[in-house]
Amino acid sequence: MRPTREGYIEGLLEAAEMDKRVIVVDGDVSRSTGTIAFKRRFPDRFFNLGIAEQNMAEYSAGLALAGYIPFYSTYAVFAAGRAWDQIRTSICNMNLNVRIGGAHGGSSVGPDGATHQALEDIAITRVLPNMTVLVPADSNQTRQAVLASLDINGPVYIRYGRNPVPEVYNRDIPVVPGKGNLLLEGNHATIVAVGVMVAYALEAAEMLAAKGIYVSVIDMVSIKPLDTDLLLDAAEKSKFFVTAEDHQINGGLFGAVSEFLSQHAPCRIIPVAVNNRFGCSGTPEEVMKKLELTADIIKKKVEISLEID
Amino acid sequence: MVAAKVIRQDILKMIHDAGSGHPGGSLSLVEILLHLYWKEMKIEPKNPAWQERDRLILSKGHGAPALYSILARRGYFSVDRLNSLRKLGSGLEGHPHMQSLPGLDCSTGSLGHGLGIAAGLALGLSLKKSKSRVFCILGDGELQEGSIWESAMSIPALKQTNITVVIDRNHVQLDDFVKNVMPVEPLAEKWLSFGWFVVTCDGHNMDELKKAFSTKTDKPLVIIAETVKGKGISFMENNALWHGKAPDEEQLKNALKELK
Ligand SMILES: Cc1ncc(C[n+]2csc(CCOP(=O)(O)OP(=O)(O)O)c2C)c(N)n1
Repeated sequence: MRPTREGYIEGLLEAAEMDKRVIVVDGDVSRSTGTIAFKRRFPDRFFNLGIAEQNMAEYSAGLALAGYIPFYSTYAVFAAGRAWDQIRTSICNMNLNVRIGGAHGGSSVGPDGATHQALEDIAITRVLPNMTVLVPADSNQTRQAVLASLDINGPVYIRYGRNPVPEVYNRDIPVVPGKGNLLLEGNHATIVAVGVMVAYALEAAEMLAAKGIYVSVIDMVSIKPLDTDLLLDAAEKSKFFVTAEDHQINGGLFGAVSEFLSQHAPCRIIPVAVNNRFGCSGTPEEVMKKLELTADIIKKKVEISLEID
Repeated sequence: MVAAKVIRQDILKMIHDAGSGHPGGSLSLVEILLHLYWKEMKIEPKNPAWQERDRLILSKGHGAPALYSILARRGYFSVDRLNSLRKLGSGLEGHPHMQSLPGLDCSTGSLGHGLGIAAGLALGLSLKKSKSRVFCILGDGELQEGSIWESAMSIPALKQTNITVVIDRNHVQLDDFVKNVMPVEPLAEKWLSFGWFVVTCDGHNMDELKKAFSTKTDKPLVIIAETVKGKGISFMENNALWHGKAPDEEQLKNALKELK
């Protein structure tokens, strides 16, 4: 178990080592998100603008215009939400090489409560033209997502979390924009998951296998561009999909998968996601249980989808 | 009025029990909130929805433990509830959630929102010819948000005098001292030039606070309350490391000893 934010920082340090254009812009959360490690190693390439997320986004746009690759990061609610018009109109409309780090994504900030739980960030970044949206499942994959972002032309949003999550990947499995990973193959149904829910999907698959139900598990780390080939292959094997994300039910992974499959391979898709409500304080585990984001729920949804048949 | 040290003891125990939270910026707020809830605001704790009450918006919502202790000690809800800070379903959310606890006039937690909401609320109240006043507490790091200055510009322009702003000027934010991250000085001059009446006082001195709040002016009033982050606990004072960290058993014991 490791927090994905550690992978983000590791990737950032390596990226900066490899590419002189990498610069970090922070919003008074460097001790809390870990970018202080970057400040210590590359003090000349680190800029703390204070509590001013809109300014961070605009500075990053300007730095990109000057030829740099700025990574700006703060809590995901503020990184994506507070500066959305800046992201849309300055960064995406000009297709600038800005990387946005959405720290403390999803319900991982548990006790901080509703104001700090980013449950809408995937939707509001995914909807923007030119934007790439990566939602890694563990720290190794987060490190790889940061490294992969160096080669992407245009803006990238990377969502990661605060709390330790189970490890799914070896250190050296690359992240490729537009590619998901087929982690498990089965013919009864397909679970498509992102972030911490990938580990829960694998757990659910194990429980289902014990009952003789075999599912495929896809990690859709690249929500945008979406791995449509992988979805089409899966749709040929099974008619049922369950999506799983630590995010609102609208506009995130469920939205992305449904938008595509409804056009190209219509089938039943059942979401595991936050049902159009705000979170609350509690431990991350308690909050996820309350929001119905558990391996058990994924398992139940698969069973329901098969019963309907 | 309860003693300041009782509030400080509450704050430390609550955050210790919760295992997370913001001690530094809660401890700096204590005297400001004591003054507001015991000497300044027109309130009826047994009737928190009373229309004629004065309102408080704690824009720096992470100072919630201080506000919760004050509300409990003032009689809005039972003091026993304080040990449920940040627990599932307790109502004492990590950042104030208005619908979850009696006595809260606004939900906050994302910095830079409170002043604009306070301005709209004050405008609405004056449109209704209400005599209620609105008080808004800002952090000094929070002043780095551009939205604060949009409201700072509009409030004098709309001649809104039923609103009083208090800046908890504790000189420290999350990462470091404010002056090292993004200086906000010259602070009084900034507010003056935006059309405010500015008073500076010792934010831990009840007499000075009283005097500051009783300032007569036909402009909107901003009180720069000079405070100490982590006030009262030697190892927390002026130390950014205690911005958002819970004291462990040993640290709590030592801290409570200092408040004896
Ligand atoms: C919009 C926004 N950005 C970032 C944060 C994270 N954060 C919480 S408290 C804090 C520092 C606040 O400093 P200050 O206003 O000086 O408060 P105090 O020192 O009194 O605690 C930060 C950056 C937040 N809550 N909201």
